[in-house]
Amino acid sequence: MPAHLKVLALIGFMLVVVTTPREWFAAYAFFLAVLVTVGAVARVRPGWVLKRMVVETPFVVFAVLMPFIAHGPRVEVLGLSLSESGLLSAWGLLAKGTLGVIAGLLLAATTTPQELVHGLERLRLPQQLVQIMAFMVRYLEVVTDEMRRMAVARASRGFVARNPLHWPVLARSVGALFIRSFERGERVHLAMVSRGYTGRMPR
Amino acid sequence: MTTPVLDVRGLAFAYPDGHQALFGVDLHVHRGERVALLGPNGAGKTTLVLHLNGIHLAGAGSVAVSGLPVTKANIKEIRRRVGIVFQDPDDQLFMGTVREDVAFGPANLGLRGEALDAKVTEALAKVGMEEYADRPPHHLSFGQRRRVAVATVLAMDPEILVLDEPSSNLDPASRRELADILRDLDVTVLMVTHDLPYALELCDRSVILDGGIVAAEGRTVDVLSNADLMRAHRLELPFGFDPVAAAATL
Repeated sequence: MPAHLKVLALIGFMLVVVTTPREWFAAYAFFLAVLVTVGAVARVRPGWVLKRMVVETPFVVFAVLMPFIAHGPRVEVLGLSLSESGLLSAWGLLAKGTLGVIAGLLLAATTTPQELVHGLERLRLPQQLVQIMAFMVRYLEVVTDEMRRMAVARASRGFVARNPLHWPVLARSVGALFIRSFERGERVHLAMVSRGYTGRMPR
Repeated sequence: MTTPVLDVRGLAFAYPDGHQALFGVDLHVHRGERVALLGPNGAGKTTLVLHLNGIHLAGAGSVAVSGLPVTKANIKEIRRRVGIVFQDPDDQLFMGTVREDVAFGPANLGLRGEALDAKVTEALAKVGMEEYADRPPHHLSFGQRRRVAVATVLAMDPEILVLDEPSSNLDPASRRELADILRDLDVTVLMVTHDLPYALELCDRSVILDGGIVAAEGRTVDVLSNADLMRAHRLELPFGFDPVAAAATL
């Protein structure tokens, strides 16, 4: 399936999920079933998705806190006095968040970054944004590699970041990385101009 | 004599901050020649290279490529005629796949569809990288990336290929593979290098740039075996390397 259709499907799905009232429990079961079906058809391994769902953790923590801190009528659950509206909000946040994360991960699992960038281009996202994203995808590894080499070089000279006193060193490393990346950007631009680039990607 | 592919006359250039890098360079490269541009760090080699395709425009003097002067008005055609391969392939390869990267130059020249695909395949075949067309550049080895970088400019059918340190950071096998590829290409080459055996192996003629002028030029073997000249321009052969003996085995 072309990437731009997947992106549209994801956005559509999320809009429907977000606007569904949280009392419609059956609807959420249906949404989950849809995602499971998509995952199965696309042969995405459940473990792959589960492992990456940890990005949701902060939301889960927030959702768990809600029944304790929310106001309104309270109910007794396992000897704890919980807010009814808080419970409901927690459920809504958790359900909508989880569905969103799974849907996003399914897109990520079935689409390479390249396809995604091309898909967004076909969706008429402004050229500049698409180009910036494409460069980010291309150079992420180059820059992280550079960062790793700098860390190794620091460590080789006995540096260990143990307490805030060491932060200035880290800050300077980040600064150096920024300048290196900036200069690389200039060299890339030079190489592009040398091959006839005039500000627009050829299509 | 025919029009030289590269005709640099009295080229002088100072950077906006006042630092003058070139003081009147004369350089001619004729069709089918492979010429090495030698010189110590800071001699002005990179500055000279950036004049060849109009990134810098001459402060004084002139640069012409196959008779066409390098000026703002001609810049598009000049950049087609002069293909520069930069030193770090990560600077040159910026698209998502090898194919897109090789297509970037010719697409900027207006090539589309089947003609573009054919050009890309042809250029990749010249450097033996056809089977990697759909791979992202950062998944290739350094030597393979260097070869793809060469293909990205070959795809523009340049009249002269300008290589900045082509053998740097390559392992010996990749270095030799690149030499084999360059030798088989039917294209004029100007090669900036500190790798003197590489210059001897690939280029009949060498030019020494030092202090912003052409300090010497001649047959590579003569230049490399002139000990006084070499010392005067901070050039040194690798330990135990005898250019005359090496040239005899070419």
